[in-house]
Amino acid sequence: MNPFDAPQNRLVYRKFQEGVLPPNFCPAYVSSVKRAPRLPPVPLPQTISELTGPTFTPPENVQAVDLTKGAHGAAIGERIVVGGRVLDEDGRAIAGTLVEVWQANAAGRYLHARDQHDAPLDPNFTGCASFVTDAKGQFRFETIRPGEYPWRNHYNAWRPAHIHFSVFGPAFATRLITQMYFPGDALLPFDPIFNSIRSQPARERLIAAFDWETTVPEYGLGYRFDIVLRGRHETPMENKP
Amino acid sequence: MTEPKTSEAPLPPVSDVKLVTSYQTVGPYFKIGLEALYRHDLTSPDTPGRLIEIAGTVFDADLAPVPDAILELWHADSAGRYMVQPQTEPFKDSFVGFGRVPTNEGGQFHFRTIKPGPVEPDGPERQAPHILVSVFMRGLLYRLITRIYFSDEAGNADDPVLCSIELHRRDSLVAKADSTHPNRYEWNIFLQGENETVFFEL
Repeated sequence: MNPFDAPQNRLVYRKFQEGVLPPNFCPAYVSSVKRAPRLPPVPLPQTISELTGPTFTPPENVQAVDLTKGAHGAAIGERIVVGGRVLDEDGRAIAGTLVEVWQANAAGRYLHARDQHDAPLDPNFTGCASFVTDAKGQFRFETIRPGEYPWRNHYNAWRPAHIHFSVFGPAFATRLITQMYFPGDALLPFDPIFNSIRSQPARERLIAAFDWETTVPEYGLGYRFDIVLRGRHETPMENKP
Repeated sequence: MTEPKTSEAPLPPVSDVKLVTSYQTVGPYFKIGLEALYRHDLTSPDTPGRLIEIAGTVFDADLAPVPDAILELWHADSAGRYMVQPQTEPFKDSFVGFGRVPTNEGGQFHFRTIKPGPVEPDGPERQAPHILVSVFMRGLLYRLITRIYFSDEAGNADDPVLCSIELHRRDSLVAKADSTHPNRYEWNIFLQGENETVFFEL
């Protein structure tokens, strides 16, 4: 097979349901005011350019999927296990797709030069990893529960605990960067980033579920975070350029 | 404790798979998670095609440079074909067409690649050479999608996507060839203002 062969069937990705996508211009999220475009986006047909995308395994220099073990010992904080599946809207597993995660440490501090929050770094915690999903679209990693941290968006603003997720999926059209939150976090109702999504079910989709199946006895609590990418359907003719 | 669950174990039910996962901002600290795949040079020594460099700056509403943006690139090879097979040795042996570049303190980015060919040149959906771009940054809840075209391509006049855009805004998608270095192009992103770049919904 020629590796450059185009997909034979022209299937296009469904539009997002109303209220699922956050608007980029969101004054409660102060950073958006000078960065979000003001003109409405132009509809882009789904051509072969948008229907293809990079499919690769991660480079060799990425870490193993246990973030709790540092170079000099165990990372500080509450060990947790995060597992889930990457699926499409029709429930089909997205196998072999690259997922990248990054997060603050237990004290709410990122291992990043620009993070000047006065909380300790943990020499045994990098807070980042990447991995590919298995044949059933599943992934699983062990980490430390991230801490909340202040962020100066407004007076006494604190981000709820979260883990950043980057997922490629099968095409440019499915590229997703999002955040996973924790159930019962008291800061969620006050967070302008989380609440930028108007649809309540869509917001809840970003909250991991505490899960006995993922919980490991005598080790750590488990959280289940399923990631659902856009599904495809046959090309309606009006979507052709 | 890293024992994976056996593949025979029944999978828990997935709640309401009809609901897609929404986007959240990449935030200011993406470097720690995304740096492993930074790629400023999309080529390898044997990549066929004309080597080009594209550089530019990302500007906010005040025309201040944005020092914490990240761009992802996706484009066809010099014959207009997309690499669609999984790569076990990415970026080493073959052209992939994927790049990821952050902006620096001055809001500038640059990358080196080969000029893509026209896409599906013999099909009904012929497109002028272009590069797809996703833009992520603190302050953007959802990614921005745009395209880079090339000022030295006559095919731009017939490109179905360019032609769908108001005439006075098309230039925002066209990288300008440097008159003294024809393999260098300049392409800037204006997030707001009278020169606001065309961004797409997909």
